[in-house]
Amino acid sequence: MSKKATIIVFSSDLDKVLAAFNIALGAASAQMQVTMFFTFWGLNVIRKKKSGVSKKDFTRKAFGIINKGGENRLKLSRFNMGGVGAGLIKRLMDRLKMPRLKEMISMTNDMGVKFIACTTTMELMGIDKEAMLPEVKGFAGVATYIDEASQSEINLFI
Amino acid sequence: MKFDKTLDCYGLSCPMPLYKASNEMKNMKQGEVLELISTDEGIKEDMPAWCRTTGNEYLGMEEEADVIKVYVRKKKQEE
Repeated sequence: MSKKATIIVFSSDLDKVLAAFNIALGAASAQMQVTMFFTFWGLNVIRKKKSGVSKKDFTRKAFGIINKGGENRLKLSRFNMGGVGAGLIKRLMDRLKMPRLKEMISMTNDMGVKFIACTTTMELMGIDKEAMLPEVKGFAGVATYIDEASQSEINLFI
Repeated sequence: MKFDKTLDCYGLSCPMPLYKASNEMKNMKQGEVLELISTDEGIKEDMPAWCRTTGNEYLGMEEEADVIKVYVRKKKQEE
């Protein structure tokens, strides 16, 4: 049986998320079975850009207006400078032939990496299943993570 | 060194050469040798490491001007 790697993506910082996908792609390329759990801000990475606003209640509706999804909206954890920093990094990555986050999502998906969205934080933030990218196949909670992680040689929280 | 397939990863950074190698290997037969051309300094350590994880056989490398050529034999037993 092949080895397993489990990565929790909690952050929505562009740099951290890029590192998470880099590791996922590296592990998948080494024939490991990779599972990525997206929770809290990490959910924004695998949300559609136009994912709509929850109609659940006032708080979540208001929160949905300021907490937008989509991989191209992510900010750098340092030197973001209102998006200028993120833009510069993306241009530099293009020049160095490094794949953009969007490509990394589709590459890891093609390699069979499993994307799981945390249902508890989806509920908390008022994010529906329909708001997620089609690549997201799993919706689960902590028990699923514990089950996967306990069988994994690599287990990261990013 | 003799090889069956060559993969040009000029200018690509980690983990792209290994991602490409992994996909290329799927189309190769057991025992065939892949030559990977890279400019990433890290490949010197990464390719042997990747081989240890995947069970493929690391055959060695050759440095020429600005490129590093690494050679890998596809493992005999594929599940």
